Amino acid sequence: MSHDTTRDNKLFTPFNVITGIIILVGLVLTVLRFTKGLGAVTNLDDNNPWGLWIGFDLLCGVALAAGGYVTSAACYIFGLKRYHSAVRPAILTAFLGYALVVFALNYDVGRPLRLPYPIFLSPGTTSLLYEVGLCVFLYLMVLFIEYSPAALEWLGLSKIRNIIVRLTLVLTIFGVVLSTLHQSSLGALFMIAPSKLHPLWYSGYLPVYFFISSIFAGMSMVIFEGSLAHRYLHHKMDETHLKESEGVALGFAKAAAFVMMGYVGIKVIGLAIDNNWHYLATGWGAWFLVELIGFVALPALAYALAARERNLRLARWAAAWSVLGLVLNRLNISLVAFNWHLPSAQRYFPSWMEIAISVFIVTVGIVVYRFIATHMPILYEHPDYRTDH
Amino acid sequence: MGVTRRKFLGWVGAAAGTIVMKGKNASAATNKHFEGYPGSFGVLHDTTRCIGCRKCEQACNVVNELPAPDKAFDDLAVLEEKRRTSGDTYTVVNRFEQDQGRLPTFVKTQCNHCLEPACASVCFVKAFSKDKTGAVTYDASLCVGCRYCMVACPFNIPAYEYDEAFTPRVMKCTLCKPRIEKGQLPGCVESCPKEALTFGPRTQLIKEARRRIDRFPDRYVDHVYGETEMGGTSWLYLSGQPFGEIGMREDLGITPAPSLTAGPLAAVPIVVGLWPVLLTGIWAISRRKDQLADQERIAAVAATTADANEEMQVKLAELKDKMSKEKEAAINLEVKKALEEAAKQAEAENEDAVDTPKEEK
Repeated sequence: MSHDTTRDNKLFTPFNVITGIIILVGLVLTVLRFTKGLGAVTNLDDNNPWGLWIGFDLLCGVALAAGGYVTSAACYIFGLKRYHSAVRPAILTAFLGYALVVFALNYDVGRPLRLPYPIFLSPGTTSLLYEVGLCVFLYLMVLFIEYSPAALEWLGLSKIRNIIVRLTLVLTIFGVVLSTLHQSSLGALFMIAPSKLHPLWYSGYLPVYFFISSIFAGMSMVIFEGSLAHRYLHHKMDETHLKESEGVALGFAKAAAFVMMGYVGIKVIGLAIDNNWHYLATGWGAWFLVELIGFVALPALAYALAARERNLRLARWAAAWSVLGLVLNRLNISLVAFNWHLPSAQRYFPSWMEIAISVFIVTVGIVVYRFIATHMPILYEHPDYRTDH
Repeated sequence: MGVTRRKFLGWVGAAAGTIVMKGKNASAATNKHFEGYPGSFGVLHDTTRCIGCRKCEQACNVVNELPAPDKAFDDLAVLEEKRRTSGDTYTVVNRFEQDQGRLPTFVKTQCNHCLEPACASVCFVKAFSKDKTGAVTYDASLCVGCRYCMVACPFNIPAYEYDEAFTPRVMKCTLCKPRIEKGQLPGCVESCPKEALTFGPRTQLIKEARRRIDRFPDRYVDHVYGETEMGGTSWLYLSGQPFGEIGMREDLGITPAPSLTAGPLAAVPIVVGLWPVLLTGIWAISRRKDQLADQERIAAVAATTADANEEMQVKLAELKDKMSKEKEAAINLEVKKALEEAAKQAEAENEDAVDTPKEEK
């Protein structure tokens, strides 16, 4: 597929045909959603007010966009300059990720035109959702500014570009503060409902779990995306990027292995503090262990092995595995283990249209990423600004 | 100095401890317990008196101008299935069978109007509030439709108008606040033919409930449901069989919903305050290390250069010395040679001179 995207400008490439169909279906469903209401396209009901669009689009979307703050913090705050070439793609992904999260929220809330209300009209400061909303709103702006030098270089507006580049450190710190807050608050959203979320997933540490898991999810996404970009956008990468990318992947693999093991540790501490051991012997316990061991501890080991053996291939597989683990965790908390006490007839399963809208939104993200990465200096440095840092 | 370093560090530790402290305990700092607005109203539902006639459902439907139901309110066949509140129904009555041929229990369900409502605490536009009458009110003009209230409600009460495309609302019982303010009873209470519903100030209702339990201990379970559940609700319930058997959760605890999230909310300002300091510190340390490494490198290069220069000078001097010595030696040699030559010549001349006088003798 990689050669389609580069040389010929043919319209009917496999990539274009598939994305075209998905986007067409998405647009039809969009019309349906906004003319007939949520009931016409979703399986949501009064017992299950949050479905796939919250569980996947919001919770997974935000966690998987954590690569932005993780990478920029590593490079600009912790001074790991060898990750510099990974910052731009990570910031771009984060920016697009958050933009799409907000875009997706327009589908999910009943009255999307009122989305500015919590921030500008009637802030409900006792709500963790308010905190999430405010942070996502601010962070989206921070990411836009962080991303903008690439666009400004492309447009040739070097004066504004240079001013913004000087703000890098402040923006990075602001980004980490906002990310800490809203990543953790997404977990804290569920602390209001101890009677609905299964005790194995409910914990007073939910915000900490969400924050820590966002760190390794962000790293995994950087590695995972890097491998995709290598496959399909290799020709857009400059020498520095190509030279550094293996180090980025293996460095993040090592860091992720540590963070994930720490995460497993605090999950076990959570089990012990709430004395939930006995639930492990139930079916829910088995599922919990599948998530914690099968999709956190094992990929962490794979990461460790990859870092030790300097095995790039294994690091990339471990990254995809960890991303799946993160998705599993968020879906477990928001859908699978939520309302666990309800009879199965009253449980939620997404409609095909909800799934199609989610696929549509991810596809839009990929298309926009590809456009930006093929046109703007993301995977390579602009020749005019090479000596800047 | 009033504050020692040790003390200050202790405070920082305590603050950090508060962040990670579990939400459940976060409100332990306060010793206040909200028991509802003074004189606020509630309803006592004595399920032992309810006959499941659904008159309350009908009155609710009329009073709140809700759409007419598919099946008439006098059709008791709907009781065959368990129902919950929905987008067009604020209240439902369900039937729960009892063992040993005893009569079934009927339970009316609607918003319990919590003293500290979960819905109000999680609403990010403050669309819900606890009114002084006791009603938990909802303002549809603010609602964004995020449905977090429905996620949060421990009683699964708020419902949503999913089929409304443009102006969907959350739907739930209002405690008939407009009627209360006019001095009227809530629709359901007024319509109940068996006095299974009693309206009044909540504190009075609790006393009344206790009185009934004391008078007829065989008839009632010794618990007033709603007195302490989730911090207390304005609706109170009496039952002849365990509440768990009549569809009411007994595992909700007495913690008011807002304190469940108080911990994470309290951590927010601390993160905002401390993170920039911490991160700037890390940045400064890593930059300082880089600078020092740079300085050391430069110094090392300079030192090496200097060493090399000195060595070179020494070598050069040695070389010069050697060369001049060699030159001197060469000159000396030449001089010596010349002298020797001259000496030889002189000797030869002398010999001639000596020979000559000999001949003269």
